Amino acid sequence: MNAYERLKTVRASDRKMGSDYVNAMFTDKVILCGDRRFGEDPAIMGGIGYLGDIPVTFIAMDKGSDLADRMRKHFGCPMPEGYRKALRLMKQAEKFHRPVVCIVDTLGAYPGAEGEERGQGQAIAENLFEMMGLKTPIITVVVGEGGSGGALALAVADRVYMLENAVYSVITPDGCASIIWKDSSRVEDATECLHITAEDMVKYSVAEDIIREDFENFDVMCAGMRDRILHDIGELLPLSPKKLLDGRYERFRKIGIYDDGETK
Amino acid sequence: MKIHVRLFSRPKVKAAEPFPDTDYELKCPKCKTAHTRSELYERNFVCPDCGAYFRIPARDRIRMLCDEGSFVETNAKLTSVDFLDFPGYSDKITKAKSSTGELCAVVTGTMRVEGHPCAVFALDSRFIMASMGSAVGEKITRLFELATRRGLPVLGVLCSGGARMQEGIVSLMQMAKCSGAARRHSDAGLLYIALLTDPTTGGMTASIAMQGDITLAEPKTLVGFAGRRVIEQTTGSALPGNFQTSEFLLDRGFVDMIVDRESLRSTVSLLLRQHTTGKEKEA
Repeated sequence: MNAYERLKTVRASDRKMGSDYVNAMFTDKVILCGDRRFGEDPAIMGGIGYLGDIPVTFIAMDKGSDLADRMRKHFGCPMPEGYRKALRLMKQAEKFHRPVVCIVDTLGAYPGAEGEERGQGQAIAENLFEMMGLKTPIITVVVGEGGSGGALALAVADRVYMLENAVYSVITPDGCASIIWKDSSRVEDATECLHITAEDMVKYSVAEDIIREDFENFDVMCAGMRDRILHDIGELLPLSPKKLLDGRYERFRKIGIYDDGETK
Repeated sequence: MKIHVRLFSRPKVKAAEPFPDTDYELKCPKCKTAHTRSELYERNFVCPDCGAYFRIPARDRIRMLCDEGSFVETNAKLTSVDFLDFPGYSDKITKAKSSTGELCAVVTGTMRVEGHPCAVFALDSRFIMASMGSAVGEKITRLFELATRRGLPVLGVLCSGGARMQEGIVSLMQMAKCSGAARRHSDAGLLYIALLTDPTTGGMTASIAMQGDITLAEPKTLVGFAGRRVIEQTTGSALPGNFQTSEFLLDRGFVDMIVDRESLRSTVSLLLRQHTTGKEKEA
């Protein structure tokens, strides 16, 4: 599949949602709600559950099942309170030295007047800042669409994985097309230009690895993801906070392609 | 002898003049009257005809804030690369360089403000809307790292159209990279003052623009995450006139204060003085 076909695939309404992965990977779950500041955003589902035999905090974006559910969840575009809830649960995980697993699938943070009034940009900025200092392992899987800052707010992690057809982009290809060509129908061209595939993410050190999709055997696929994440947790959890945070910092520090003017 | 040697060797190590006095015309964003840079510089880039604020070129902004002769630029040669072969990007970079005389959308360095040492970065809206790609991300990151090593506070003069889409996902990652550097600077107990100027939007708002210990904004500055047009399209309703202005953000609790250009330097100086540690290393 080319990048555009993948984009259409992950946007398809019958694609598995964040809550499907949570249900398949975690057992003995409790769902936790609210940001303790303004409200509860159902576009981000959070709680504690067992991954294998260890308790883990999960934070998953969810686009919703039927139309009513989707409207309630703004089609998976989180509000500031969703990001603030995520941060609250991450801080809670840090307190109990519990790993955090984030499931990303969003077009982007919700672009609405209420979101702006309640500091959408500030909420995302705070997550980036706090996640850079969070003293417990964070592992993120992009399972569908990784839309811009709204996705990054759950992806400042020690390990990032991409599902085979998942995409991750600085801007929606639709938005990009309308900016460059003033023509939002040229999404396919924009998709190619932006380099948004799982292979691109590995190439640019944005993701560690690609997870093969097998929706025919969804439970088997999720069991594989669970084992992969458990393996990572086994590596990350014993690290001292300094080692963990240095590793996370370096993971992002090295990303960037520029000419520093010193080399000829 | 010593003096002789110093005089003799000085031209070799002297850095390029940080503030070249090239003059050009700028059009007022409100009344569209043209004025020369030098004329505007004397007036804090406030329109003599209608009082509107011009967007200030990064280098002039630093010059207005720093004590004369105190600014030392860092990573002055660092510049962008069109590594994705993105349509039109190489041309954009070339044009931005020739029209601004800059190599990058951000100018970084160290300076003193009324005697107080600090590190500074200032974005330049004339350079591809000061969007944040690898070069901007790297320069800001290096500046925070330098400030952390030397125990210096950071003053950031923000403005940006957001992440630079022509660098794809790599530009999105600059938001995380800069946030990490700002976080380490903060963990070292050091001050970061963010000054929001027109316009501060998108990925910049969702990262270092909103991570200051103290957030200042210029009057009537556009500050937001999503674009106004996108919001109106999504929600199908018109937005109030003051939506996403600095006054709107002050009212909702997202900035500490709105500072006019007359009092900017003294405000920054006072904040730096209040946070003096005595451990600042200037070189």
